[in-house]
Amino acid sequence: MKPDIFQAIADPTRRAILTLLTIQALTPNVMAEKFDMSRQAVSKHIKVLHECDLIKPEQSGREIYYHFNAKKMQEFDHWLAQFRQNWETQFNQLDEVLSTIKEQKK
Amino acid sequence: MNNDLLFDFNVDKAAKTVYITREFNAGQALVWDAFTKAELLDQWMAPAPMRAKTKYMNFEVGGRRFYAMISPDGQERWAVQEFTSITPKTNFKMYNAFADKDENRELPGSEWDYNFSEQNGITKVDITIFNESFERLEKLLEGFKIGFTITLKNLEDLLASLS
Repeated sequence: MKPDIFQAIADPTRRAILTLLTIQALTPNVMAEKFDMSRQAVSKHIKVLHECDLIKPEQSGREIYYHFNAKKMQEFDHWLAQFRQNWETQFNQLDEVLSTIKEQKK
Repeated sequence: MNNDLLFDFNVDKAAKTVYITREFNAGQALVWDAFTKAELLDQWMAPAPMRAKTKYMNFEVGGRRFYAMISPDGQERWAVQEFTSITPKTNFKMYNAFADKDENRELPGSEWDYNFSEQNGITKVDITIFNESFERLEKLLEGFKIGFTITLKNLEDLLASLS
């Protein structure tokens, strides 16, 4: 199964990679250096991030640079907005319930 | 709806925690009841057109509430709340987990912490939800999603693109 965005950002190293990529596009080698990790370990993280579209590869000469895909992250924010909306709906319902009870007590 | 009442919703992705604050135009005792009595909870706890149905609720430490969210087409999504700490009118904590209709829980669940305080007849409720996994957070929304007609299409597209 393809990893989803939640699995991708659940890992602290991958979040750090994403943070770094928001500043500038990087090659896997540079990422490995910055995190003091093996190329192999970095490749694993890149694979997860790439599979869920959070980062995008771009060939430049002989090197591959990975870019942060802000659009994908926005989807996550939209998803959260939906969650927030549910709470808003519930609380507005509670407002109604409370005012009804207060009316009855008068 | 009163627009002057505070509503805050924050998610700390790294800490897998959701923070919700809401004020209500009612006294603390009444708001407390609305969060801790089954007959009141069922009136508001599911976002319309969903409705909530509590099968039973023992609001005491170690006690449980077994309830379902029901969609307009009759689909039921069951969950169990287990109360782990209660300080009357001020605070309660619970462990919430989805379940099947026979009350078999699907772990992991999430930890909920509710705080109540009143000032000048306005009661503030602070809710902290800690999820052991983001997948669980996603599922939480999935539960709400059933029967959510207006935004359903958008959300389906989104979930499809995320999976």
